[in-house]
Amino acid sequence: MTEPLLRVDDLHVTFGGQSQQVHAVRGVSYEVNRGEFLGIVGESGSGKSVSSTAVMGLLPSSAKVTGSIRYDGRELLDLDDKQLSRIRGSEIAMIFQDPLSALTPVYTIGQQIIEGLKLHDRSISNQAARARAVELLGVVGIPNPQRRVDSFPHEFSGGMRQRAMIAIAIANDPKLIIADEPTTALDVTIQAQILEVLQKAKEITGAAVVLITHDLGVVAGNADRVAVMYAGRIVEQAPVDQLFAAPAMPYTIGLLRSMPNMAAPREERLVPLEGRPPLLTQLPKGCPFADRCPAAFAACRGEEPALLPVAGDDGHVAACIRAEEIAAGRLRRPDIFPRPEEVEAVPVARVDSAPVVELRDVKRTFPVMKGTVFRRRIGTVKAVDGVSFSIGRGTTLGLVGESGSGKTTTILELMELAKAQHGSISINGVDTATLSQADRRKLRSEIQIVFQDPMASLDPRMSIQDIIAEPLTVTGAPKDEQVRKVARMLELVGLEPSFANRYPHQFSGGQRQRIGIARALIVEPKILVLDEPVSALDVSVQAGVLNLLEDLKARLGLSYLFVAHDLAVVRHIADDVAVMYLGRIVEYGPADLIFSDPRHPYTQALFSAVPVPDPQVERTRSRVLLQGDLPSPLDEITGCPFRSRCPLYKLLPEDRQRRCAEEDPAARTVHDREVRCHWAEEERFDVAV
Amino acid sequence: MAGFLLKRLLNYLALTSVATVLGYLLVSSTLDPIARFLGRNPPIPQASIDTTLSRLGVNPDTPLLARLGNWIVNLVTTGSLGTSTRGTEVTADIFARSGTSLRLLIIGTILGAIIGIAIGVWGAVRQYKAPDQITTYASFVVLATPVFVLAVLLMITATAINRTTDSQIFNFTGEYTPGLSGGFFTLLGDRIVHLLLPTISLTVFAVASYSRYQRSAMLDVMSADYIRTARSKGRTRGSAMIRHGVRVALIPMSTFFAYSFGLVLTGASVTELAFSWHGMGEYLITSIRNNDINAAAGTILFTSILVLISGTLADFLYAALDPRVRV
Amino acid sequence: MSSIDPTTTTIETEADSASAPPDVRHGVLRRTFRAKRAWIGAIALALITLWAFVGPLLAPYNATDSDVLAFGAAPGGGHWFGTNDIGQDVYAQTLVGLQKSIIIGLIAGPLATLIAGFVGAIAGYFGGVADRVIVWVIDLLLVIPSFFILVLVSPIFKQLSWVALVVLISVFSWMIMARVVRGQTMSLRERDFVKAARYMGVKPLTIIRRHIIPNVASLLIIDATLGVGAAIIFESTLSYFGFGIQVPDVSLGSLLASYSNAAVTRPWLFALPAATLIATVLATSLLGDAFRDAIDPTSGANRD
Repeated sequence: MTEPLLRVDDLHVTFGGQSQQVHAVRGVSYEVNRGEFLGIVGESGSGKSVSSTAVMGLLPSSAKVTGSIRYDGRELLDLDDKQLSRIRGSEIAMIFQDPLSALTPVYTIGQQIIEGLKLHDRSISNQAARARAVELLGVVGIPNPQRRVDSFPHEFSGGMRQRAMIAIAIANDPKLIIADEPTTALDVTIQAQILEVLQKAKEITGAAVVLITHDLGVVAGNADRVAVMYAGRIVEQAPVDQLFAAPAMPYTIGLLRSMPNMAAPREERLVPLEGRPPLLTQLPKGCPFADRCPAAFAACRGEEPALLPVAGDDGHVAACIRAEEIAAGRLRRPDIFPRPEEVEAVPVARVDSAPVVELRDVKRTFPVMKGTVFRRRIGTVKAVDGVSFSIGRGTTLGLVGESGSGKTTTILELMELAKAQHGSISINGVDTATLSQADRRKLRSEIQIVFQDPMASLDPRMSIQDIIAEPLTVTGAPKDEQVRKVARMLELVGLEPSFANRYPHQFSGGQRQRIGIARALIVEPKILVLDEPVSALDVSVQAGVLNLLEDLKARLGLSYLFVAHDLAVVRHIADDVAVMYLGRIVEYGPADLIFSDPRHPYTQALFSAVPVPDPQVERTRSRVLLQGDLPSPLDEITGCPFRSRCPLYKLLPEDRQRRCAEEDPAARTVHDREVRCHWAEEERFDVAV
Repeated sequence: MAGFLLKRLLNYLALTSVATVLGYLLVSSTLDPIARFLGRNPPIPQASIDTTLSRLGVNPDTPLLARLGNWIVNLVTTGSLGTSTRGTEVTADIFARSGTSLRLLIIGTILGAIIGIAIGVWGAVRQYKAPDQITTYASFVVLATPVFVLAVLLMITATAINRTTDSQIFNFTGEYTPGLSGGFFTLLGDRIVHLLLPTISLTVFAVASYSRYQRSAMLDVMSADYIRTARSKGRTRGSAMIRHGVRVALIPMSTFFAYSFGLVLTGASVTELAFSWHGMGEYLITSIRNNDINAAAGTILFTSILVLISGTLADFLYAALDPRVRV
Repeated sequence: MSSIDPTTTTIETEADSASAPPDVRHGVLRRTFRAKRAWIGAIALALITLWAFVGPLLAPYNATDSDVLAFGAAPGGGHWFGTNDIGQDVYAQTLVGLQKSIIIGLIAGPLATLIAGFVGAIAGYFGGVADRVIVWVIDLLLVIPSFFILVLVSPIFKQLSWVALVVLISVFSWMIMARVVRGQTMSLRERDFVKAARYMGVKPLTIIRRHIIPNVASLLIIDATLGVGAAIIFESTLSYFGFGIQVPDVSLGSLLASYSNAAVTRPWLFALPAATLIATVLATSLLGDAFRDAIDPTSGANRD
């Protein structure tokens, strides 16, 4: 093959006028060969999406694009919108991140697929187009496609919408599919399914795929070649094995080392990659990564390093003046990003103390209303359906599950410090149902919460001082004491005390989350509820925040209720784990035990769905794929609620299946943890796919 | 679905009833039916005033709630809204006049919506280009102009045109030329000519407000991901906007229609008055000037029924446009 | 208008928020006045107000005296807007009317916004029964157009001073904005920083004061600005039909009413005061619209 399918050469994209130009993409060059799977990895703001959107010609008109994009011998930048529209959808197709907003809400899924077909084949009859749409939906794994073809997007779940997006993309057998963060908005279990469908789509159409993602784990198992982007440029590119085994650019090394990894030892400290990417409005001279790079020296700040081949590795390029040293082993990778020291834990007597938080059979139901204009009650959702757990002093309970499993409702129920709808909640041995209004306010200083999105949880119009001191205003602490305490808190979370009079938007995501933690800690609580505290952060800064949380726990003797969907993170930080499914805890016990030997088929599937940032492991390990989506919470389910998706259930002999269908498994202790499965004692079935 | 619309309708009915009752109480306490009889020469005897007032059901000596009760009972059992101070049946008056008002209102609303939506879409698609700038500033000027000023300015212009062309192209006082004789088509033509200026006046006003709203609704959807998806399927920018954008941007318009109806209704009444039409706007104002409680209360009922119909219509539109509310 | 294209904010959030100006409110003002029409609106409004209150001092005639040498004169000479049938100077009358109209607008618009902000925030934050009652009352008030309601109650305020009219205009102009504030509040209430405050034990009214109101303040500023123009139009329409300002007070509306019969024969009597009215309202709406564009990052920027 002489010419690659797609050749991007020295692509530059700039937004904005003269006063403040954002140079989002700065000289990106890459090639995609026919049938190849290229992964492009980068954090937010790295320019990965902009550069791919430029290929489709879908950037807003305010973007200035220069360079060259050659597709199949044609220069795409020379084509106008009309000429490009003939290529879009027929030759090059794109899959977007958020499948809800990417589908037009007023047309059926079928209409939207047929539209794509008819745009490029005017002669196709309505009947044939519809038949093809049904066929495509079948290909991407939508059950009952004849019926679902007439559904509207809002009637689909997130995973099904993304399947439909893939169906639209492959409708005209494109030669190139660009997938822009196709799984970011989805749960791990659904992510695993979508990646499978994407692979299948690639096989059927023979198309080349460009997968854009922030998650190294996602590309590890799928891509042939990986490009890493940073501050608008490709900083390293290599065949997938090489990139993971022998990265030559310190940024890639840092990224790989900072990721919590399901395959790494559990107790190991994470390696933080401090700092934030430079602003694309005012790039520093020299290597844009120099400020965050522990291996940087004076020469790094002189001139921006070019993307050059790394000796000895075929097809491996890196933009680092020390790449040779790294590749040759003269500069050892672990030395660039050393593992931080463990912090000495304050010894807490775990045995004698009563639990600080205890939930007993807590239930929470909501009426379900349907329609935006015409609301009516159509049923009841059991968001939390009999949850019991307890957290000991100085320990961390990890609460995991897919979205819709009831994790968030559980913690909101806890944070109300009120009487639960059903069951009991006690904090430090006090039943919250018995509290008076004043007691409740007093108890608030014992338990505080840190939210997922650090931007949303800080009032953008208040200074850091006022934000962190807000809990103190409730008790009416004097102003000078507030100032003193805020300064101490800022120091505690690793920020400059002088930051107090700045505003939230002046900080990076990681710093904002530290501010959120400082606010929670200022009243010296003993319990911290952490609601997905790192999931909104870029991978590189996650590690810093997680390490901080571990340090704080050790130094202050805190107890954490850590809610997360990222199992690698939970595995890293939790002492105990509770796995939730449809409002119940299906497996609950010590983290060591559960992560090494999950007993519930759901736990097994969850673990297996987490991608591991190691291509070798990804290729060899067996997977437990979950079928379908979380059932509608409205359904009345008899027997085991997990039955409809259970990989084990399908393999069971009929008599055992009947038990699953008829009898709801109660929580019982099996191998030192609580499990809700009839067959938890059995040797694990070979449920691998 | 039908159930929800029914529920909404019931809510509207409740609102209409309460509004009408409150309206009746309001006019009964603000209007002074006796004022009409005072200061006459020779003075009208008190007994005669009382008889007249009692016959109308507006005698202040009867407790207010009792008057209200009678009015409602009368309305429900006989469908009558009572007698006006001029001795005519209010119900009959309203029937006679409502055609005049509705003609203007319906034509103005429909034309205003169609033209306004078209201009709004055009402006949004050509954002910051000449068409957008011109329509934007034009609608600002129109929205800064009270409807009565618009009407009078149109009359000044029409008169000027009539004078310079020495003709009667624009004939705008009243609904028709009194005493005009001729065949059906002559009369129809005369009415159409009379309808011209008021319709322009109301339509221009409606176009200005609908187009602003449609423009911003359109801008909201223009950056939506699904427009990008449609383009990624092979639509050009323009065709993606029209096929996917406009269709979605129409949804909030149905809500805006319900909200703006009160304003359009006011605009229509003001237009009628400015062009001396004998419609419901004039009826309301003369009833206030005559201290005519029954006529004023009747107008309130009429208005609230119009609002009820427009609200229900907007709900139907919403349900028809947005599959997410259909169940 | 943000210098960074909003379509990229999903992928460039870090860069976008980091480049935002340090003080948010200051930023809104700066963004507002980057638009030309904001300057036009603000300067025009300032000049018109100055003109209304200083102009009469500099005018050659006052509003009530008759110029016996000029009955029904066309504009020109000393009478810039002409005179009426009894020789009164229309220019002087226009300025007196303008004064009243501006005062009415400046009081009634913001007052209505105040009511809307208060009622909307209460309904949105507390929800439940309070919300349902408030929404129902709003719907009820929307059943009869405010213009009609004011006509109906006109017999009462006609006997009172014009202040009563101003208050009544506000009392019947807040409903739609209150619904908007309510919607905003409902979504703010679900925002994490409000939840965080709640879980700290901050009292509801403090949360509304500290978190809700500042975050809808921009919306309220827009509404108050546009409300000035709306109130001026509302008042002039009422006065035109004799239900608004009563003699001896004069507003632009009542002035226009007295000259509308002469409009066809002597257009300047009507057109010049009308132009003054339109210019005033236009200035407020240009300013208000520029505010809206600056505050709502999705409303104005160049996108496709």
